[in-house]
Amino acid sequence: MAEKLIDRSNEYIRIEGVTKRFGDFVAVDNVSLNVYKGEIFCLLGGSGCGKTTLLRMLAGFEAPTSGRILIDGQDMADIPPYERPVNMMFQSYALFPHMTVAANVAFGLEQEGLARSEIDRRVGEMLDIVKLGDFGRRKPHQLSGGQRQRVALARALVKRPKLLLLDEPLGALDRKLREHTQFELINLQEQLGVTFVVVTHDQEEAMTLASRIGVMNKGQIVQVGTPTEIYEFPSSRFVADFIGSVNMFDGQLVEDEPGHVRIRCPELESMVYVSHGISAAPDAKVSVAIRPEKIEMTRTAPESSENRARGVVKEIAYMGDMSVYLVRLESGRMVRVTIPNIERHDERIVWEETVHLNWHPSSPVVLSQ
Amino acid sequence: MAPTPGNRVPQGLANDRLGLLYALLQQFGLQRWSQYVRQHWSGQRLVIAIPWVWLFLFFVVPFLIVFKISFSEIRLAMPPYAPLFEWLEEGKRLVTTLNLGNYAFILSDNLYISTFAYSLKVAAVSTLLCLLIGYPMAYAIARSTPTARSLFLMLIILPFWTSFLLRVYAWVGLLKTDGVINNTLLAVGLIDAPLTLLYTDLAVYIGIVYSYLPFMILPLYANLEKHDLTLLEAAADLGARPFKAFLRITLPLSVPGIVAGCLLVFIPAVGEFVIPSLLGRADQLMIGRILSDEFFANRDWPVASAVAIVMLLALLLPIMLFQRYQRLELEAAKR
Repeated sequence: MAEKLIDRSNEYIRIEGVTKRFGDFVAVDNVSLNVYKGEIFCLLGGSGCGKTTLLRMLAGFEAPTSGRILIDGQDMADIPPYERPVNMMFQSYALFPHMTVAANVAFGLEQEGLARSEIDRRVGEMLDIVKLGDFGRRKPHQLSGGQRQRVALARALVKRPKLLLLDEPLGALDRKLREHTQFELINLQEQLGVTFVVVTHDQEEAMTLASRIGVMNKGQIVQVGTPTEIYEFPSSRFVADFIGSVNMFDGQLVEDEPGHVRIRCPELESMVYVSHGISAAPDAKVSVAIRPEKIEMTRTAPESSENRARGVVKEIAYMGDMSVYLVRLESGRMVRVTIPNIERHDERIVWEETVHLNWHPSSPVVLSQ
Repeated sequence: MAPTPGNRVPQGLANDRLGLLYALLQQFGLQRWSQYVRQHWSGQRLVIAIPWVWLFLFFVVPFLIVFKISFSEIRLAMPPYAPLFEWLEEGKRLVTTLNLGNYAFILSDNLYISTFAYSLKVAAVSTLLCLLIGYPMAYAIARSTPTARSLFLMLIILPFWTSFLLRVYAWVGLLKTDGVINNTLLAVGLIDAPLTLLYTDLAVYIGIVYSYLPFMILPLYANLEKHDLTLLEAAADLGARPFKAFLRITLPLSVPGIVAGCLLVFIPAVGEFVIPSLLGRADQLMIGRILSDEFFANRDWPVASAVAIVMLLALLLPIMLFQRYQRLELEAAKR
């Protein structure tokens, strides 16, 4: 999806060297991060990587062991959750089971001491925005998962927070509903101008929602960037591996020029030629990462003598919109190739066919080991 | 030893006999019977039947007997009441003597009315005190670490290891004029003359609250322990201070626990016999004492039965409330 413009002059959250320990376990390890006003920032990582702990520190449910968190220039150290200009949508939604939908949404406004008429007006407006105008009198248990998710969202947004924290917001929804809700969330965010910080383990969710993604691993932020940057220019083997699928080849730098490099990979029959320079020591051991969709698969041999390989198709997984091929190279290495199924009745490559693989010199990503 | 035809024959015979026995058992024995039960009675019905039979034998039948006696007249005989139905003239005429006098007597005599009122008051105040003391305790236990939790629960249940009578009697030693409490206060110099603690309303309240507190704490704990704590985080996130969050979230969600605890204290406290007898005033009896006096001292079974029926009716309302809440909580748990 198209990248949104990020106004980097407008910093909203600043996380400075934040560490959180639970006993001996370091949940968040010296994280520094800026989030700008009006963006959707996704914290992406596997379970136990510290993303939820970081989110809970923003909400005020956990205090950092060391480091500082500033929201809108204000140090959050001594500010309890009920005084923060922040609202959170919980993974379990945490709807109050004994209250109606309208009472759930009104709860936050009642704490501000607003007049009843004002509360009713804003609750009604908010329920209309999330398309639950007729459900105000229902109890949470009478709603479907998607409806509960929207009540939780309405309850968090009705207070007009400048910052909304979302913990796995779409985790409990089925696939179709997820896709639909993702775009609804983005529309809502643009409409209300709220800054979102989203925690998710689902890379697809992060890619669709985020203006920027912070990939976390073992309590540390390993890369921050736009979805395109993260996918096309991963900065480490972990990120390349974690986001999407990738073919990773170990190799050695043999030619290092400012405009291009050549890498010899023992598993590939030809040299890998990359049309951009990298910063690495000569003869350094490197990894070459090539995305499966960036590999072309043909029955005839390609013309170039570099960036090519030959193998036999061993597995084909038909996914509808595309097919995944597993090709065994002569070195025995399996390579994953995805081909979009553009035509309905073409002469598709079948099992045990010998195929030639090639890729564009701009496709490989070179990573230091 | 080599097998010979001689010792093979009896073995065969024995086997045949066993086989016959087995076949007979199959035909008429336990297995066949249990198979019948399995096929014709569903297990659920069997399980439900056990408490039903129990309640019928030990609640419904005695209740009907008491109910019947409450409409009889007292007689100096054995049993000490007149039968409701009598065959006169050698079984030719059935005479029914339905006597409402016992109820009229209870309702007209101020002693019974005031005793009822006093019993209800004592039970209500004790229940309230139990709730005020028990709620914070149950809350603290539910929010403590799992290891501390089992220790605290153990401490709550531990007094049951000692006899109830003994525990109440121990309070006599604590409360009497030269008892532990008075002696301590005198020794410290807080008071000059011993306080009258024993044989007062206060002593009854202390006794009931002390004895019934676990029945308040345990259902409350069972409820509070199930609460989803993220709800409190959500309330805080929406701007509610901790006390406000307690009032709006924890308290309403614990209502089923409160109701269960209050009924478990209130219902037995109304009919309490031992505690007011040992610790209470001599001039103000509780309904349990009246009941036992009518039965054993006056041997007026009909009036005693009528008192028991009235008491039961007075308690039926809270029992029905209790069952309603149990059902509500069960439904809530199913979701």
